[in-house]
Amino acid sequence: MRPLRILFRSISSAFKSVFRNLSLSIASLTCIIITLMIVSIAIIFSSNVNYSTKEIEKDLEMVVFVKSETTEEKVKEIESNLQVLPNVEQISYVDKETAKEDMKKENDTYKKIIEGWEEGENPLDSYFIVKVKNIEDMSETAATIKNLEGVDTVNYVEDLVEKMVSTFQIIRNVLIVTVVALIFVTAFLISNTIKITIYSRRNEIDIMRLVGTSNTVIKLPFIFEGLFLGAFGSILPILVTIYSYVFLYDKLGGVLFHPLLPMMQPYNFVFKVGLILLAIGSVVGMFGSYKAVRKYLKI
Amino acid sequence: MSFIELKNVYKVYKNGITAVADVNINIKKGDFVFIIGQTACGKSSLIKLLYREERPTKGQVIVGGINVAKLKNNRVYKLRRKIGIVFQDYKLLPKLTVYENVAFVLDSYGYKESEIKPKVIDALTRVGLKEKLRSFPNELSGGEQQRVCIARAIVNKPKVLVCDEPTGNLDATTSKEIMKVIDSINKELGTTIIMATHDQDIVNRMKKRVIALKDGMLIGDWEKGSYKLDETA
Ligand SMILES: Nc1ncnc2c1ncn2[C@@H]1O[C@H](COP(=O)(O)OP(=O)(O)OP(=O)(O)O)[C@@H](O)[C@H]1O
Ligand SMILES: [Mg+2]
Repeated sequence: MRPLRILFRSISSAFKSVFRNLSLSIASLTCIIITLMIVSIAIIFSSNVNYSTKEIEKDLEMVVFVKSETTEEKVKEIESNLQVLPNVEQISYVDKETAKEDMKKENDTYKKIIEGWEEGENPLDSYFIVKVKNIEDMSETAATIKNLEGVDTVNYVEDLVEKMVSTFQIIRNVLIVTVVALIFVTAFLISNTIKITIYSRRNEIDIMRLVGTSNTVIKLPFIFEGLFLGAFGSILPILVTIYSYVFLYDKLGGVLFHPLLPMMQPYNFVFKVGLILLAIGSVVGMFGSYKAVRKYLKI
Repeated sequence: MSFIELKNVYKVYKNGITAVADVNINIKKGDFVFIIGQTACGKSSLIKLLYREERPTKGQVIVGGINVAKLKNNRVYKLRRKIGIVFQDYKLLPKLTVYENVAFVLDSYGYKESEIKPKVIDALTRVGLKEKLRSFPNELSGGEQQRVCIARAIVNKPKVLVCDEPTGNLDATTSKEIMKVIDSINKELGTTIIMATHDQDIVNRMKKRVIALKDGMLIGDWEKGSYKLDETA
């Protein structure tokens, strides 16, 4: 029971301390709030970029049409040339007869058109379906394929999507760097707040040491204080995240400025982000106070 | 068997001053010992060695079976729970009441409120301050503040009470009263008392063991002694 009681008393003492040094706490809280807001933007943005990139990449295929009148050996050659390309994941060959059958099955209009053709007539070209690995290198890969002998045309998702995705990825990387920097700034600020708390309670700490209070009991309230600052600071960012993401999702119609780039479904996602913010806030707060305790509470 | 044992103890501060030099002392459980000597002779330094506020530069300090010199920082609290400390400047927390100033010791050990209360009341009764539980330190006289400090020091029933000039800031009458309190703690609780003082009257009247220091060295150790620095100097 005694450890529990000590824990409880540390928590209540830390709680009081947050309010006792209110102006200082507010400064730290503001910093945590700003940081966590940006962390939230970064998480939401990069998760969505990753998500929609993955979604596109799932059926990221190029259709490579083979020039008509290409011999079978030539087709084999194209196939093996395709296979060695680094960005190519998988290829499948559809000859023009299969293409014709596939088209017939696709819908009735096509079926009628094809049935209008003479027996043995087939104006379609054979083609390869090429699955690629990365969307970023798609246009480069397409250009390479286009230059292969026997290749007629290469069709793939618009250039725009690819450009958007790569722009998004740059933004995401900038955000991540910003977040890491901000986390350090926040940890430093929290550590500074705790330092001042430690100084303001130096007298009390000295007396506690003299009367035989254990180091753990002396240190715990400060660690909790940092944790509280971090956790309190995450409340506003969490609420803002939840409401604004749901709002944004509706406004944007569930896509990232382009129908091919789906956004993540708001529910569960926003709560997960909220939990991550709470965790980051608490850990950064504890880390900040741990550093202050290590540095300024030489006991 | 000695409860407190100092063997060839030296304390040399970083600035090169030797505050304690080759001191040997044995103190039994329940003893009442004065440490006397002129200013800067090393009384406070010697006392600080007992509760590990300072580490001996050389020699052995053993208190209640604990080898103080070898005690790790995070274990010091174990020693301090066996030693009550009374300061010349009381070191009370101004924002806490008399009761709280005493109770917070046990509170910080993790005691239950129901365990704390009787102990605190007992300690405050022993020092004669039961009526002033709710007062704040700035509402008390110097003598009363010193009583609170003593109550705080004995609330956990330590084996030894260490006092560094507890009457240093008090007038003669108040000092006498404080000495009565300390003497009763020694007699009623069997607490070992070690007290550094300048006060010749007190030492002469109490007729307790006297240890005299000069320039950090032990120059006398008398049972039922008196303040006789001049004779030995
Ligand atoms: N922390 C310290 N660092 C350096 N020197 C110190 C320190 N504490 C005490 N001294 C020196 O050690 C010597 C003994 O000091 P100490 O405080 O033990 O004397 P004292 O007998 O208690 O004196 P007083 O009767 O005035 O309280 C003095 O010369 C003092 O200047
Ligand atoms: Mg002194």
